[in-house]
Parts: sequence; C-alpha cells; structure tokens
Amino acid sequence: MSSNALIASGELLDDTLRLNLSDLRQRSAVQVEVIIEMVQIGVLEPQGQSPTEWLFNGHDLARLQRALRLQRELGINLPGLALCIELLEERDKLHARVRVLEQRG
Amino acid sequence: MEYKDYYKILGVDRGATKAAIKRAYQKLARKYHPDVSKEPDAEAHFKEVNEAYQVLKDPKSRQSYDQLGSGWQQGQEFHPPPGWHFEFSQEGFDPQQMDLGGFSDFFSSIFGARGSSGSYGSGYRESQLRGSDLHTRIQLNLEDAYGGTQRTLSLQTEHQASHGQSAPGVRQLSVHIPKGICEGQQIRLPKQGGVGIGGGPQGDLFLEVTFAPHPYFHAEGRNIYLDLPITPWEAALGARLKIPTLGGSVMITIPVGVKSGHKLRLKGRGLPGQTAGDQIVTLRIETPPASSPAATELYHQMAKTMPFNPRSF
Repeated sequence: MSSNALIASGELLDDTLRLNLSDLRQRSAVQVEVIIEMVQIGVLEPQGQSPTEWLFNGHDLARLQRALRLQRELGINLPGLALCIELLEERDKLHARVRVLEQRG
Repeated sequence: MEYKDYYKILGVDRGATKAAIKRAYQKLARKYHPDVSKEPDAEAHFKEVNEAYQVLKDPKSRQSYDQLGSGWQQGQEFHPPPGWHFEFSQEGFDPQQMDLGGFSDFFSSIFGARGSSGSYGSGYRESQLRGSDLHTRIQLNLEDAYGGTQRTLSLQTEHQASHGQSAPGVRQLSVHIPKGICEGQQIRLPKQGGVGIGGGPQGDLFLEVTFAPHPYFHAEGRNIYLDLPITPWEAALGARLKIPTLGGSVMITIPVGVKSGHKLRLKGRGLPGQTAGDQIVTLRIETPPASSPAATELYHQMAKTMPFNPRSF
C-alpha cells in the first residue's frame, strides 16, 4: 500500500476540449480504423469533412470508451452499438428528469 | 478468504451445459454492466459474474473448480487444498477479460495471480500490452462542483512485483476536481489506470461525476434550479426576499402579481464555466391553513371582497 501525496490533475472531458484524430487515438489507445468505423456508424460525430480535418470533443472520448466497453464486454456488434448508446443516453436524460420530478413531489 | 460459488453466482446448477452457462452469463452481464445498470453495486456484481464465467466457460478450469467439491457454501471460509496446482490451458484466460479488473482472492488462490502463470504473451500475444483504462464514478455535492474540490480515491490496483507478477493492493490517489464540473462529465487521469503487461504503458483512469441529491437545489447542465415557496400576499403584492445560491445568499425581487410556477432567472448564478449557468427560481405559492377562527373569517372576507375564478372551464 502506498500513499500518493501529489494531487493529480486530470483533463476535463467536456465540449470545450478539442481533439483531432491522433489525440483521440492516443487517449483511447485504439487503432485509427476503429475510430473511423465508429464515425461511419454514427457513434462519433466529429466536425470536419475528412479524417485529417476531424475535430472531436471531450464527450466523444467518453462515448468512444463506452462503445468500446459495450463491444468488448457484452459483445454488441457495430450497428447495435450506435443504437445502444443513443438509447442509453436518452435513458440517462429521462432518469435525470424523473429524479427532478420526484424530488419536487 | 471466502469461497465463491460460481454456479450460484450465474444461477445455474452444477450440471449445466456450456450453452446454459453462456446464456446465463450473457443475461447477467447485460443486467449488471456498469454502463447499463444504475444500481450502485453493479460494478461489483459485474466483476463477480465475469469471474464466474471465466472459470466455468473453460472445460479445464471448470473441472479444476469442480474438484474442490460441492460441499462448499457461497461465502464460506476457504483455503486451497494442500498441494493444489493449476496449469492454464493452452488458450489460458483472455487478458482482455481479465483486464476487467481485480479478480477475487479466491480466484487467485485457485488459478494463480494475474500474470503469474506466464499465460500472457506465450500464446497469441507476443510483446507489450497497454494497461487497461479504468472507469469509476465519484459522487460530489453541488457545493463541491461549484467551488471545485479535492478528492482522495481508494483504487484497487495491481502493482508490478518481482518476476512480472502483479499483486493486488489499494492505492490512494488525490484528485483535483475543477470548479464548474457538471453531472456526467468525466475527468481523464493519464497513466493512473491498469498496469501494463510486459513493460507496456499504464492505462488511464476516467472519473465520471455524479451529483448527490441536494436538499433544495438540483442541476441540469450548468443551470441550478430552486423551488421557492412564497405566500399569497408576497405573490400578490411583490416582495424582497433573501434566497440561497451556491455562491451564497442573494436578495431577489418578487414582482407584483406573480402566479405559481413563475420563473425568475438569476444570470450567472449557476455552475461556473466558460459561460456560467444561471439559477432558475420557480415560485410556488403556498396556501396558509385556515387554522383559527380568525383565519377562516379572513378567507371568507377575501372570497366576498375579491371574487376570483382561477378556472378557465
């Protein structure tokens, strides 16, 4: 057991964080081809036309990782992933909404 | 350490077919997957289910596990039999699966600690393997999100010991939480994830922020919502009221003649950011009870002196 006196400062994955293809590849540790596939099926929607112009944001990295986890751990195939992620995000929003309404009583 | 009844964990009997085990596993994995489940202990369940499946899906490891006998109960104190030795089969365990993080002591005692068997690399993976990315949730108070804070996390880790073996342990990590973080946002901490294999780089740690329920505020994105109960005379005549915001109390003016549900927007009083959120105050008119003869009389008088039909039907 060791204790770390340093305070780690991370990178906030919000929509102000701008990542190009190579930044995203480095942070997600997957092959470029995987990212291209995720764009093709609509899990990721970067700004820009061609892969060299693509700009992702912090949410995209979080989304990509969620997709990779679902793919690896539940064996969901590519077309299923985009649907799955959209539904999960929609469900999260609805959950948040329900919580607010319940709180109000 | 505690005995793990892998059959019970998957909800199958000891004679279950390979197909039945796979079916049971897939159902439970979907149910408890941390990206899918909202239950607080989903991650622990998911790990347990994975561990059970890793053992029972492979005929060789299943057979070894079965050799321990069926007389054990889930959670019973367990020590491996003397001279116990397990050799991984050719395929070994899938490192991707094992990367799901920390298998139990029970698992390690029967099948060896992660990486100690030499099953990595000897087969289909030649050289280095980057450590896995870890993903965990932290719950913050709205006040902490507003002002920024510091959190110390206890992480279950495996650190590289001698001979490339890894040993389980607990590591403390203090993390700076920037001010103005929103619910669902993540913080990436480079090289704080799983240890690499064969000298591969360490993975990253991702923290996902959730907010603890607050007694009177709630957040949507950067906006903070507050329900403000007011009296009928405050609503009718207007008022100056002191109300809480995350940054401290402020005075607000209730305009003359507001209705219940009327919203007041306090610009920039929400969570800070490039564009700070607002605090949105929703007015709720509370009815004073007619709890005394005088109060009842007053209501009767009101009904008489200001006839009012709030209904449009």
